[in-house]
Amino acid sequence: MRVPISWLAEYVDLPEGTTVADLHAALVKVGLEEEAEHRFDVTGPVVVGEVLEYADEPQSNGKTIRWCQVRVAPEGQRSADGGADVRGIVCGAHNFAVGDKVVVTLPGAVLPGPFPIAARKTYGHVSDGMIASARELGLGDEHSGILVLSTLGLDPEPGTDALSLLGLDDAAVEVNVTPDRGYAFSVRGIAREYSHSTGATFRDPAALPLAVPGDGFPVTIDDRAPIRGRVGASVFVTRVVRGIDPTRPTPPWMASRLRLAGVRSISLPVDITNYVMFELGQPIHAYDLDKLAGGIVVRRAEQGETLETLDGQIRTLSPEDLLITDDSGPIGLAGVMGGATTEVSETTRDVLIEAANFDPVSIARTARRHKLPSEASKRFERGVDPAVAEAAAARVVQLLVDLAGGTVDPLGSGHHSFEPPAPVELPEGFVARLIGVDYSAEEIRSALARIGAQVEEHPAGLRVTPPTWRPDLVDAPSLAEEVARLAGYDRIPSVLPVAPPGRGLTRSQKLRRSVSQMLAANGAVEVLAFPFVRREQNDLFGSPEAGEVPAVRLANPLDAEAPFLRTSLLPGLLEIAHRNRSRGFVDLHLFEVGATFRPEPGIEYGTDYIPPIAALPTREVLASIEAGIPPQPRHVATVLTGAAVPKQVGQDAIPADWRDALTDVQRVAASLRVPVRAVQGRHQAFHPGRTARIVVDGPAGEETVGWAGELLPAVAEAADLPAVVAAAELDLDRLIALSDPDPHAVPIRALPAATQDLSLVVTMDVPAGDVLRAVAEGAGELLEDIRLVDDYRGPGVPEGTKSLTFALRFRAEDRTLTAAEATAAKLAGVAVAAERFGASLRE
Amino acid sequence: MSDAPSPAPSGGNPISQEAVESAVEAALAAVAGASSTAELKAARTAHAGEASALAKLNSLLRQVPGPEKAATGKLVGSARGRVNQAIAQREAELAEAETAARLAAEQVDVTAASTRWQPGARHPLTLLQEEVADIFVGMGWEIAEGPELEHEWFNFDALNFDEDHPARAMQDTFFVAPPERHLVLRTHTSPVQVRSLIERDLPVYVLCPGRVYRTDEFDATHLPVFSQFEGLAIDKGLTMAHLRGTLEHFARIMFGDEARIRLRPNYFPFTEPSAEMDVWHPAAKGGARWVEWGGCGMVNPNVLRAAGIDPDEYQGFAFGTGIERTLQFRNDLNDMRDMAEGDIRFSAQFGMVG
Repeated sequence: MRVPISWLAEYVDLPEGTTVADLHAALVKVGLEEEAEHRFDVTGPVVVGEVLEYADEPQSNGKTIRWCQVRVAPEGQRSADGGADVRGIVCGAHNFAVGDKVVVTLPGAVLPGPFPIAARKTYGHVSDGMIASARELGLGDEHSGILVLSTLGLDPEPGTDALSLLGLDDAAVEVNVTPDRGYAFSVRGIAREYSHSTGATFRDPAALPLAVPGDGFPVTIDDRAPIRGRVGASVFVTRVVRGIDPTRPTPPWMASRLRLAGVRSISLPVDITNYVMFELGQPIHAYDLDKLAGGIVVRRAEQGETLETLDGQIRTLSPEDLLITDDSGPIGLAGVMGGATTEVSETTRDVLIEAANFDPVSIARTARRHKLPSEASKRFERGVDPAVAEAAAARVVQLLVDLAGGTVDPLGSGHHSFEPPAPVELPEGFVARLIGVDYSAEEIRSALARIGAQVEEHPAGLRVTPPTWRPDLVDAPSLAEEVARLAGYDRIPSVLPVAPPGRGLTRSQKLRRSVSQMLAANGAVEVLAFPFVRREQNDLFGSPEAGEVPAVRLANPLDAEAPFLRTSLLPGLLEIAHRNRSRGFVDLHLFEVGATFRPEPGIEYGTDYIPPIAALPTREVLASIEAGIPPQPRHVATVLTGAAVPKQVGQDAIPADWRDALTDVQRVAASLRVPVRAVQGRHQAFHPGRTARIVVDGPAGEETVGWAGELLPAVAEAADLPAVVAAAELDLDRLIALSDPDPHAVPIRALPAATQDLSLVVTMDVPAGDVLRAVAEGAGELLEDIRLVDDYRGPGVPEGTKSLTFALRFRAEDRTLTAAEATAAKLAGVAVAAERFGASLRE
Repeated sequence: MSDAPSPAPSGGNPISQEAVESAVEAALAAVAGASSTAELKAARTAHAGEASALAKLNSLLRQVPGPEKAATGKLVGSARGRVNQAIAQREAELAEAETAARLAAEQVDVTAASTRWQPGARHPLTLLQEEVADIFVGMGWEIAEGPELEHEWFNFDALNFDEDHPARAMQDTFFVAPPERHLVLRTHTSPVQVRSLIERDLPVYVLCPGRVYRTDEFDATHLPVFSQFEGLAIDKGLTMAHLRGTLEHFARIMFGDEARIRLRPNYFPFTEPSAEMDVWHPAAKGGARWVEWGGCGMVNPNVLRAAGIDPDEYQGFAFGTGIERTLQFRNDLNDMRDMAEGDIRFSAQFGMVG
């Protein structure tokens, strides 16, 4: 809401010289946050001039300029810039005559642009200033010529300060109005709030004589489909003014205030309706009475009905839209925008003024449905004072009579069916108990009275009837807020509450931190990608096999190309890897921990209802809401490209490959204390020969918890990355669930160990990991540790086979092992490997 | 060995002092002349070994007449002692020199050191989130979490957003298709408030950090995906003074002892009274100043009712702010895109600590 200072000063006492900054400081204290400052960017000597004489001088470029002599100060006096009283000025416009009063910007003035004025040589003369148009002054869009003051009904003395004459020295505050304070969308409301903040005297602009009651104009409220039980129009006041001259100029004070308030001056009748809306917060509509056919009926639209609105658009209406109609059909979208057929024009003589109160929900829905946010709908959506309509209509009548030459007609109507505000009980001590400040009873009563409430004593405290403009005051806390706000939030002390002893972070929270620390400590950089992806990305990374992956689609995505929520973290990581590479970083190791969105196939998520506000849904309803939310498992994923170890002194570069992805898997597993195992796997996004399915062995067999390896080169290429991209992704929530919180400790055996090496020859297709597990199984309890230390293929081993060398460490619980015992255990392992995979001892 | 002592005349002392002195002198000269442990070993064999002059003199001790036995024995013993000591000393000297020479030969250029470890980094937003969580955990609060893809009831209705509230309009909220199924990407962390109140026993003191979504175009000042933390305390007798106390304590830990909180009236559907909170940021670049930090207020009774709590018995406060916003003014960041683009330089400047 923008409020010009001069306008505000009419209704609340402002100290001399109050600035925009002063107003902002006062208003923010009561909750009206500073948005901006507005002013006409015109400064310096700008005065009224009288054209004494001129000569038309045709120029070689085809233009004819006027060389004018303009009086800019009373005869014999110095002008505002300290110069002569008559100045020679070159002017390109021709819409004036000798004797006209115009606006002269003298040297030293600055017009919006900024455009500084100076005496300058042009067309063979020294032009000692400029005669300004309304547009050059920032006052309007009129540019058909210079501003002749008589067209505004003005005839001031030459030399008069034109800035103050035209209201160009005014400025406006712009404050943000929160949705609960519709009344603050008016000079009336802001003046009241300023008074609340400063204690300055407030004069209610709505307290004006309602001279003509108005009667006889037929208005019917016929709402057969109220929205949420509320009738569309609770107030409908009409007044008639006859014989207006709509072509009269809008007085400059009104034009400049409207301009500062953010609207253009259109025509006097329209300007008056806007002016009253800004002043009182009541949207006004003016109809050309001659164009109305019969009386007005307010009703809901019928399916398929259309209306041409003022903006020239033909709109197809919804049965929820509230309409103003006459015998011809719809003539306006109530509270949102008028229709074209009954619009006030320059030939209008008699006008019908409408000051109505429409249901906020109905207006909000219509404005949204037709994408028609207007100054009127903005106010109705937030609630307009239903008691101000009569005053607003009277104010419009008064201005049409005073400024447009109209006469009041007794024809009119006044429908009022709004519910008066319900009284609210404010128990004694409530405010102190909520705010933590011991306000005196007098402070509470006085604050509530100042906001316009009626306050009565009540056995248990106070009985407070809020004013009609405060539909937000419905309970004791909302009244407590008013008391705290008017007393100032600075009064609230600082007291630290003591929470009951807490249990610290949950195990899951701790483990997630541990994973991120582990990966970052090992060289990975944490990134956070947006979860919006294309369908193909989900289909590729969300499942090992080709096919459509169930995914959540947004109804209103930012990017229509990427309307899905990610089922995998890898698409985001690849995009970020690409961005980094394009910025010159070729060796990358990235990771992300974040939510994925994994709906199960065949389930219709969500609910077809929403439980109401302010009540706990039943257990069943809550359960169905929960069941309607798709699973969102947290994943952890890493991506590497370029060198895992860069080239350095004494060390060649080690390119990142599948091993690094598997190492990251082991890092994650280690930080969670979950034993994971890689098995040869197949995943459509990964290199067919370099894919590990990551499994955890549990009582029910092996469970897949993720994938690691190198991406399919074509996938890497499609992501604009080098052919080798190592990647891993794990279901972090699942791994955390699999982490044993309290493992049983194994006693540490202090007796000497026996170490042995073992080389086994197997065919090339046998996975080393399987051989290792077979040996370990066969070797039994004495085997303390086994590691694969070599995989040899070549001369010395038969064609088609490989030699796997393992380092084994044996230890007994109760004795020093003999070499023979260790060998026997080893051979037992060999036997299992031989049986399962045809493994033989090398040599 | 030409100067080896010759046997003394029979009946006399076969060990002359001259012979002993001469043997010692020869031995000491050889030890001093040894320039390596190998040469020293040779000198030891020659002058202290079984075939050395001193050993031979020693073997003559048996023939020394009784009255001179003691003095001569002492003479020979002392001579051998001197030689052995000289050998030991020389041995230590040589060992030290040789170690020093070896170490000198092993010198490297430490400024050319290899770094096989590559520095990684946490994202400052997650670090800040953890830092905030730790502050509240230290106060006895717990960290509550909820789904990012949320039901509309939790995101709006339970928080006292009327079904026609402007914030529910399409322009702010990501709706899941079809919108008639009432699923949204949560627009704030506030739904976790209601979840906590339903799931937990009273009193409740929780902090809810997490990712939230708004349909803002991605630019220098807007992120469609960002993160917030939300605090909620519901107990008997909590007032707005406790809200300010909590925020002030938190602000002092985050921004220093001079940090303060200023409250300004505002409006949120889920609090009443509501306030905007500004923090006095003592370390702000360009001088200490007030910074808009977030919103807060006393939990609206309708929110308590939505969680089945009697607002006449329990009341409390809630507050929330953006983690990006906090990072932005604490660490003097201008362009919010830096927080979302994943450029490794951005995280790298924070390293492993927030």
